[in-house]
Amino acid sequence: MFEVLENQTLAPSLHRLTVRAPLVAAARQPGQFVIVRKDEQGERIPLTIADADAGAGTIRLIVQAIGPSTQDIVATPAGGALRDVVGPLGKPTHLQKWGKVACVGGGVGTAVLYPLAKALAQRGNELYVIIGARSAPYVILADELAEFSKQVYVITEDGSLGRKGLVTAVLADMLSGTLPRPDAVFAVGPVPMMAAVAEQTRPHNIPTMVSLNPIMIDGTGMCGGCRVKIGGQTKFACVDGPEFDAHQVDFKGLANRLKMYQPRQDCRIGLGKEGR
Amino acid sequence: MANKLTPKDRLAIERVHMPEQDSSQRAANFSEVNLGLAEAAAIREAQRCLQCKNRKCVEGCPVRVDIPEFIAKVAQGDFAGAAEILQRRNVLPAVCGRVCPQETQCELVCVRGLKGSPVAIGHLERFVADWAMTHQNGQIIAPAAATGFKVAVVGAGPGGLTCAGELARLGHQVTVFEALHDPGGVLRYGIPEFRLPKRIVDYEVGNLVKLGVNIQCNVVVGKTITLEQIRRQFDACFVANGAGLPVFLKISGEDYNGVYSANEFLTRVNLMAAWKEGPGRTPIIRGRNVVVIGGGNVAMDAVRTARRLGAQHAMIFYRRTEAEMPARVEEIKHAKQEGVEFHLLESPLEIFGSDDGWVSGMKFQRMQLGEPDASGRRRPVPIPGSEHTVECDVVVVAVGAQANPLLTGSAPDLEVNKWGYIEVGPDGATSIPGIYAGGDIVRGSATVILAMGDGKTAAEAIDGYLRKLRDKG
Repeated sequence: MFEVLENQTLAPSLHRLTVRAPLVAAARQPGQFVIVRKDEQGERIPLTIADADAGAGTIRLIVQAIGPSTQDIVATPAGGALRDVVGPLGKPTHLQKWGKVACVGGGVGTAVLYPLAKALAQRGNELYVIIGARSAPYVILADELAEFSKQVYVITEDGSLGRKGLVTAVLADMLSGTLPRPDAVFAVGPVPMMAAVAEQTRPHNIPTMVSLNPIMIDGTGMCGGCRVKIGGQTKFACVDGPEFDAHQVDFKGLANRLKMYQPRQDCRIGLGKEGR
Repeated sequence: MANKLTPKDRLAIERVHMPEQDSSQRAANFSEVNLGLAEAAAIREAQRCLQCKNRKCVEGCPVRVDIPEFIAKVAQGDFAGAAEILQRRNVLPAVCGRVCPQETQCELVCVRGLKGSPVAIGHLERFVADWAMTHQNGQIIAPAAATGFKVAVVGAGPGGLTCAGELARLGHQVTVFEALHDPGGVLRYGIPEFRLPKRIVDYEVGNLVKLGVNIQCNVVVGKTITLEQIRRQFDACFVANGAGLPVFLKISGEDYNGVYSANEFLTRVNLMAAWKEGPGRTPIIRGRNVVVIGGGNVAMDAVRTARRLGAQHAMIFYRRTEAEMPARVEEIKHAKQEGVEFHLLESPLEIFGSDDGWVSGMKFQRMQLGEPDASGRRRPVPIPGSEHTVECDVVVVAVGAQANPLLTGSAPDLEVNKWGYIEVGPDGATSIPGIYAGGDIVRGSATVILAMGDGKTAAEAIDGYLRKLRDKG
């Protein structure tokens, strides 16, 4: 069992859990994830490790409640426990000094972005963070990201906080030179957002990385459920990713596979697409 | 009395028939197919054994169970005696009695098989193990005095569990690291409930824990901890982390929704219990027309599972004939009884999908058998113009696995062959002193019992290695 030490609400249905997992905390590198199961009934939910404290033996997870399995996870109070936490899984973020880096987070994707951004900043990059959300309550981690970023831009679809519109509007200004032009872009969010960012940067040949969240079970390469086409090759996001060159990703295929367990008339209704 | 039987009496007894759940009923449930022998039937079957001096059956067994000896006890009605003999050589007897391919091992070389049917060794093994389970409630052979040596085992599958059990009996302190959330490996995620109930796996693992084996789940060696860390903390290690990555067909359409690797399909159903109803559980697509590609045991497990999940047409497509199928004879027989349709000499060319991204059908080409290939099996050759399509809503690809590089990739000193499988000597020794390996990460896709054999061989070698360490002192 893995003890939950703290459970904070960041936004509606979005929680940050501090969990005691010493082996994971010691081994973890930015960009990696864990798979969590609340109890015997729960699905295996992949979650990015938002932060870790190897000394204290703890990790932080940001979890959005979507279906029963994730609802059970976020409902775990401080002092409660998660049955299973396994990791760190996946390849760590490839870190280098790019110069100016645009970090684009959409919705809960900002939580996945946070550890990458922190590591990129520590590596000496100048960070320009774009946080996009539906409306003000869903804007997360703005203050935390501001601690190590040159600039944080907030944009909401309804204009209730920051600029009104989508993250791509801010990125367009950066690419046109109205705002500082990035040497590299890291984007995490809904598939249409990541696909749009990839198309924006492609003509500029700006290296662009995305972190993918396909359906996953074991997280060790065994099941192949998380397969994605990267440059025409089949890759397993759990062991070859989760971060890939955005310009090589088949986003259409990814979006389709994410629909697999959404309700259909002739099959069992399920919630396979959850979490990360 | 059994002792007074003449060879002629023994030869006159017909091989027992394993009682089975009715095929029409069982095609709709996940309860065990084989029901097990009654005591009288087991005694009678045991009386068929001629008690050969030259114990060919024992040579045919990868873990060297003392077969004639335990069968003699069964014939006498001394089931406790039989259980003790069985346990001495086999730490997972209730598993082996269910999933071993006896027909290609002990029963293949049984003298009774030369003229007629071999002794039903597998059925008797299962009988004795089940008897012990209900009558002895996890009574185990006590381990030897503690040696003070610490051994790590990577992977709680059949190979790792066997090695752990053998080493624990010898008095070593054993820790097993398992990547998944429950122990058992393929016994847990791969082999379905109707062939190997999970309570059997729980029971056998429970006995190992009683022996003092420490099982740590949720530890991925190569990620959570490294082999190097293990080397620093343990005196020796056995690596049996399994095969891993599923092989796909590399044909068009494999990413449509409804296309599964057998690993994913079976893991959802077995490990994650997707077959049970209830909220919050892992989902599975229940197809009406399910195509399973492959002819091995995994393909049979997948297609029989699909049938139980409600498929009207649960279909095997295999590019050779039934004679070349690697699956156990019993699995093929059971599948047919349950209404599985066999389409032989069919090779997949393409998977079709609908506009909304779901699999809708497949294109196959008929084959004929040509000259034998490197595996000794006759090579399937395409028949021109025989392309045809099959409607389906779920496809399961069961054509094997390749080496998982998670552990080996993080241990550069560990020698692997060109396919990524670990190189070992006859005793399981790898290129690193004190590190042994076995099972599918050495053999590629093999069987439960071969992995167990490797675990046993390596346990003996590790014990020898540790004795030498102590003598050097």
